[in-house]
Amino acid sequence: MGIRLYDGRAEELLQAMWLIRAYEERAVALQAEQGVPGTCTAVGQEAAAVGVVSALGADDLILTNHRSAGHLLARGADPGRMLAEVMGRRDGYCKGKSGSLHISAKELGVVLTSTIVGGELALATGVALSQQMLGRRGVVACFFGDGAACEGRFHESLNLAAVWRLPVLYVCENNQWQAFVHRRETMLADNIAARAVGYGMDTAVVDGNDPEAVRAAALEAVETIRATGRPYFLEARTYRLRGHFEPDDQAYVDQDELAAWRARDPLALLEARLLAAGRIDADALQALRAEAYRRIDAGWRFAVDSPYPAAAELITDVYA
Amino acid sequence: MTRITVMDAIDQALAEEMARDPAVLLMGEGVATKRRALVEAFGSARVRNTPLAEGIIAGTAVGAAATGLRPVVDLLFAPFLCYAMDELVNSAGKLRYLSGGQFDFPLVAIAMTGAGWGVGAQHNHNLEAWFAHAPGLKVAMPSTAADFKGMLKSAIRDPDPVLFFVDIALAYTDGEVPAGEHLVPLGRAARRREGRDVTLISYAKTVAVCEQAAELLAVQGISAEVLDLRCIKPLDEAAILASVRRTGRAVVVHEASRTCGVGAEVAALIGEHAWDALRAPVLRVTGPDAPAPASPPLEQAYVPQPAAVAAAAQRLMAGAETAACV
Repeated sequence: MGIRLYDGRAEELLQAMWLIRAYEERAVALQAEQGVPGTCTAVGQEAAAVGVVSALGADDLILTNHRSAGHLLARGADPGRMLAEVMGRRDGYCKGKSGSLHISAKELGVVLTSTIVGGELALATGVALSQQMLGRRGVVACFFGDGAACEGRFHESLNLAAVWRLPVLYVCENNQWQAFVHRRETMLADNIAARAVGYGMDTAVVDGNDPEAVRAAALEAVETIRATGRPYFLEARTYRLRGHFEPDDQAYVDQDELAAWRARDPLALLEARLLAAGRIDADALQALRAEAYRRIDAGWRFAVDSPYPAAAELITDVYA
Repeated sequence: MTRITVMDAIDQALAEEMARDPAVLLMGEGVATKRRALVEAFGSARVRNTPLAEGIIAGTAVGAAATGLRPVVDLLFAPFLCYAMDELVNSAGKLRYLSGGQFDFPLVAIAMTGAGWGVGAQHNHNLEAWFAHAPGLKVAMPSTAADFKGMLKSAIRDPDPVLFFVDIALAYTDGEVPAGEHLVPLGRAARRREGRDVTLISYAKTVAVCEQAAELLAVQGISAEVLDLRCIKPLDEAAILASVRRTGRAVVVHEASRTCGVGAEVAALIGEHAWDALRAPVLRVTGPDAPAPASPPLEQAYVPQPAAVAAAAQRLMAGAETAACV
């Protein structure tokens, strides 16, 4: 599969969101039922992923973090190769050497999934420097969370990108959780974008559970970057509905807060909006959901059928 | 051939590689201030001053390397690499493997290391073993001006990340350096002196210490071979083993502290693969397991001295109490 380009229809965004949701539900089930290594999901954050990725062009590059499945799938990643990677199989995007935490896919312009929190911010400036110096048109979208915004590299990266006028779209998916710690415990400011203002950057804050709003904001951000050559900071306010990784009983989560955000599930919100506007009917919605689960089923079969890497693969790819 | 300093050899290598390949660029705190000739020749986009932020300098190099550039970063003093460890070890060293070989990371990180300037332990720390221990990295530590030029050129062309350490005491020493294209491959040791009785194995400034020790030994009728590793990783195992098979004895000498240092690796290598040829245990002469002091006499005491190296070799020749620490 190649890079997925969007025409921006809401149905298309919804379709991508359902694919991500179905994928992550399967990954959770595989861990619970078959002992496949646990993943860090981004259930509840699908709108932010799809909204931003749908605003990118084929030349744009992506760096992301340990909750990367949504970004990759929105970009057009094949669910079978994703699941094969998670399961450590040979046909995964990285030959089974990455697992779920470090999937990159050069063919999709996904340079990095960093599991060192903030690592994506450290490398994004360099990827953008390549774009600038080699005269490439594409901007660099860098996805990270509010946890990474507490790392020193966040500040170093924003400062350098601003000073060197690098074409980076910083996308902070502010999901309120930093592993097992709520954001309120680690930062006084409510708004992370304010930090970017301090580095002289254009910023926007958007409802991260509304894919159409995220897409609109991201389109404007990308357009601004292409026009000015300067970095841009986009904060999508959202919520991590599942735990830090699988399994995680979330016993530490404020149940009222969780319920409030569950009521704002981005998939349900968009479906309700489309139904209310008469842009889709219940049958079409059902078909769209079913297609997502069917694709994930097919992907899972592909992954299961893929062999494990040969033992000799242990020491290949270390050096060129 | 002209006689130039190590610093000039480095400049020559940078200028030649930047002229040869437009993807090569130099970044670091003050590099554009101090290397005006490079800025004038190649422009300010390719010779960039950076903030004092080693982590983002290294991270930027890693990201740039993955996507088509060949960055050289000057991180000044080796202890500052601690701020860049994540990017160098977790990213530069691992992402090729983690990506299943999708991305290459052709970058060079230059840092000054070792005793000689009285700058104290936060500017003076020999970290080569740290990086040699990390998969995916290469570690160069030359001793001659010609090798500085030839190995830096090779490092810049290498598709993998290379840590390139400049021993401070060597920075303004000079030597004959070929003008123009001069490449020294990474991972190839150099025999600096031939000998029959014992091999003195070293790299960087202590190669000269070994050469002086060999002179002392010659006076006593002991023929010492001096092997300059030049590169810690890849390590020229064949050259080490071939030499020890000829002489039957080895002393490994380095300024970095002893525990888990390069000497331990070389000694183990010899024990594993040339045990039958050994006529005595392998000895190490190293810096102490202590931070480097600033006081000049103390700092010099940190550096293995020719007499100590010669004494170690003599003990091996005598064949008695050879395992004693030196």
